[in-house]
Amino acid sequence: MIKAILIFNNHGKPRLSKFYEHYNEDTEQQIIRETFHLVSKRDENVCNFLEGGLLIGGSDYKLIYRHYATLYFVFCVDSSESELGILDLIQVFVETLDKCFENVCELDLIFHVDKVHHILAEMVMGGMVLETNMNEIITQVDAQNKMEKSETFIFQSTRQDR
Amino acid sequence: MPAVSKGDGMRGLAVFISDIRNCKSKEAEVKRINKELANIRSKFKGDKALDGYSKKKYVCKLLFIFLLGHDIDFGHMEAVNLLSSNKYTEKQIGYLFISVLVNSNSELIRLINNAIKNDLASRNPTFMNLALHCIANVGSREMAEAFASDIPRILVAGDTMDSVKQSAALCLLRLNRTSPDLVPMGEWTARVVHLLNDQHLGVVTAATSLITTLAQKSPDDFKTSVSLAVARLSRIVTSASIDLQDYTYYFVAAPWLSVKLLRLLQCYPPPEDASLRSRLTECLETILNKAQEPPKSKKVQHSNAKNAVLFEAIALIIHHDSEPNLLVRACNQLGQFLQHRETNLRYLALESMCTLASSEFSHEAVKTHIETVISALKTERDVSVRQRAVDLLYAMCDRSNSKQIVAEMLSYLETADYSIREEIVLKVAILAEKYAVDYTWYVDTILNLIRIAGDYVSEEVWYRVIQIVINRDDVQGYAAKTVFEALQAPACHENLVKVGGYILGEFGNLIAGDPRSSPLVQFNLLHSKFHLCSVPTRALLLSAYIKFINLFPEVKGTIQDVLRSDSQLRNADVELQQRAVEYLRLSCIASTDILATVLEEMPPFPERESSILAKLKKKKGSSKLPDMDDSRKNVNGNTEHAEDAEVASKVPSHTFTDNLNVNSAPSSGASLLVDVFSDFSSAAPTESSDEHFPRFVCKNNGVIYENQLLQIGLKSEYRQNLGRMYVFYGNKTSTQFQSFSTSVSSNDVLCSQLNVQEKPVDPLIEAGAQVQQILNIECVSDFSDTPVLNIQFRYGGTLQNIAVKLPVMLNKFFQPTEMMSQDFFQRWKQLGAPQQEVQKIFKAKNQMDTDVTKAKVNSEALGQCEHLGPSVTDLSYSINMQSDFSFMILLLLWCFYESSQLTSLCSVAFTPPALRFRCSSVGRCGS
Repeated sequence: MIKAILIFNNHGKPRLSKFYEHYNEDTEQQIIRETFHLVSKRDENVCNFLEGGLLIGGSDYKLIYRHYATLYFVFCVDSSESELGILDLIQVFVETLDKCFENVCELDLIFHVDKVHHILAEMVMGGMVLETNMNEIITQVDAQNKMEKSETFIFQSTRQDR
Repeated sequence: MPAVSKGDGMRGLAVFISDIRNCKSKEAEVKRINKELANIRSKFKGDKALDGYSKKKYVCKLLFIFLLGHDIDFGHMEAVNLLSSNKYTEKQIGYLFISVLVNSNSELIRLINNAIKNDLASRNPTFMNLALHCIANVGSREMAEAFASDIPRILVAGDTMDSVKQSAALCLLRLNRTSPDLVPMGEWTARVVHLLNDQHLGVVTAATSLITTLAQKSPDDFKTSVSLAVARLSRIVTSASIDLQDYTYYFVAAPWLSVKLLRLLQCYPPPEDASLRSRLTECLETILNKAQEPPKSKKVQHSNAKNAVLFEAIALIIHHDSEPNLLVRACNQLGQFLQHRETNLRYLALESMCTLASSEFSHEAVKTHIETVISALKTERDVSVRQRAVDLLYAMCDRSNSKQIVAEMLSYLETADYSIREEIVLKVAILAEKYAVDYTWYVDTILNLIRIAGDYVSEEVWYRVIQIVINRDDVQGYAAKTVFEALQAPACHENLVKVGGYILGEFGNLIAGDPRSSPLVQFNLLHSKFHLCSVPTRALLLSAYIKFINLFPEVKGTIQDVLRSDSQLRNADVELQQRAVEYLRLSCIASTDILATVLEEMPPFPERESSILAKLKKKKGSSKLPDMDDSRKNVNGNTEHAEDAEVASKVPSHTFTDNLNVNSAPSSGASLLVDVFSDFSSAAPTESSDEHFPRFVCKNNGVIYENQLLQIGLKSEYRQNLGRMYVFYGNKTSTQFQSFSTSVSSNDVLCSQLNVQEKPVDPLIEAGAQVQQILNIECVSDFSDTPVLNIQFRYGGTLQNIAVKLPVMLNKFFQPTEMMSQDFFQRWKQLGAPQQEVQKIFKAKNQMDTDVTKAKVNSEALGQCEHLGPSVTDLSYSINMQSDFSFMILLLLWCFYESSQLTSLCSVAFTPPALRFRCSSVGRCGS
């Protein structure tokens, strides 16, 4: 099972956090910090797996991560998941984001955090992997966007920002 | 067209985020956020109804603020309102907010559940998916209660869309994980298995995950999945990706599904059916063969996916542990990976080999890679990989290579990362003990451990070396000599001083013949370390000194001088001072014979599992440690479990205080002493016989009465409507009690409700003696009074009269009954009459914790917490109790917050009116 999915940048700023087990807000923030601390001090070219931090279950859990340009994608999983499988999943996630945002960059994740959540929801649900087929995921996301578009014009008349 | 066009976002949100990003300092950021929170709060509270778009925008802002690590304490209601919107976008953002921010205890759960219910019934697949996602992500018990029976129906219904089926399968899996008792097994289980044949691979994947979890819990119900899984796997592995839709990932056919199927098969032994078995073997061989083929792509994703399947296949082969041919091939494959340039593969190969090492077929094959693993330990740049190498060395160790492996681990320890040093120390200690042929090697190894990594040597490790030295007389002389030499190093670790002090104190005489290690030299050496050590070590050294006085009468004077010095006799530490005083006194007054008896050599320790092993297991979690005892010969033949080791680890520390602390009783008596003390402290002398009474509401044993003459203890047991009470009368004086007699009296009403029959008691109680009396009790009907025990005896010519209320209460005869919530509430409603209900509201003194309260109520033998009632309060559950004579008590404990103070409301409904008393005491336990 996937316990948590975290995205943060090279400075440890969280860009997405999704916990599939309940922690209180403080603990969640501590976990993000601890995970960043563990992951960021590792060299490039070392392996993508390490034991989880103390807060998130210690040695019973693994952190599986990938580092893309300015962002770390970290999945915290238990022993029932295949390590390489999760690495593939991260890759699928990133490729999907890339397709949906056209050359995704950190800013897209900042300004569209709701979209990122929606895309992630098509892949992982309650800590279990729902879908790994990128085309299927994108089809779902496209369908959502269409629905959104069809509803958007209603907003136009009432739009009053801030 | 990109799926998300960048321009159509919410401008207000974008501006807010930009503002935050432009903040120069943390303070400015907090200020901006607080401003925004105030703004949103006023918008939510304002008179003007917000349109869906605004709500969505504000909820998005809240999400962003939450991500930055700020608490969000409002907006939940608005999010819940969004759930019932008909607009997809609003509903979606509402669900998002809830799955990120709402925890399972929220009071809003009922409202959320309502929205989910509507969406599940909507037959709109998008809405259904949103609802299922929400259930899976929150996964609370309330949700499980509300939907656990609906979801299987959605999952197996013929007309359900594929995407909904996928979600339903995982949703069910999640609920099964969080509240397994609420997910009913039923005819749907058979149909779930057939989802393995589904056309849509996404559905198959989700179903495989679900079945794997269910099969782990009840393998028999899902046996049929094995043949279906093998068939599916075979089609994926052997076919040239025809029916795989888009599930081919970088030229690998459906890797994720293959991995999941292989995991599912690991829940079962190898198939018994010969054709099925050969088909599976064929699959596994094909996967192994593919690993040798040239890659179809240079991309790392291709090899990753291929190897994910390969590693899982190897895991299955290891799990089956039945085909020597496959096992050896697997081992060779992993051997190749050990030297692969991809760090990930080296890591995983080391990890898989660990499990392979415990198979008897492949243990030898694994051992051939020892040099590679050792070089991994020395040269890997990545601590994660080195850690796996340590694990593997530990797993592959046996008698033939133990010396090499222990030596390598020791030398690695000098440079190892601090984070894994303690674990390596434990492993070395275990291996050294387990494979020690001669124990001199063992002693050397442990002393080396202390020398190299003294700070990481835990108590268990040095306790153990002492246990072993004491139990084996062939190594005692050597140990004394070695520690003596080790102590001569200018700087040595405190742990070494401890071991040295203990061993020389016991066996220093074995090396005293050599003038270089004469008694005085030994003593001076130990004492030169004294001032550098912590208090516990100094205490140990003092004990070693008194043992020296016994071993070597010639140094008695020197040691007495030391003990007599102000720094000892007037030491600020109580323990040290006491030892110094007592040892000094002992050495002065006791004859040689008495000294020899008191300070005799330690008796051998009972053989038990190494406490170090227990510690390692605790540290690593049992799953990760290959269980060496299963597959290989165990030198000590120890098979006790880890729990016992808790005791084992206490043994040595106990003996230090017991056997070396000469003033205390022998160790067997120590527990007795403690008991007596605890009784004293809990039973302060008092004349009132009622004072101890309330304590027996929840307890059955203890002291009920005590004065200067007499102590009365009780031990009672109850079964159904019968009880037996053992009364112990203890004479505390030095004179005998005469004409001792007792009688139990009940008032008229109680006589008909409760029978108490007393067995005769001896009329004489000798000084300091204790006599026992048995009372048999039968509960005829409900009662509220208490019987009184009257005692009469003569003490020194005067007649003594004592009356003690016997703690026999109705709750002693309670029996818990479990029932479903529906039954509970049905019965609850039937008990409507005013005299049938008592309600009490009281302030909780402590924080309410569901589990703790449950345990408390249960421990009172009141009944079984069975049901979490559907209630808007924070915590509500019910207990129902049934006594033997057919009446029922229903109890409902609510907790709610009132003006920020926690208050509990306790309601009890019952049939007989006698329970007023119980109600109030339940209230106390709840607080």
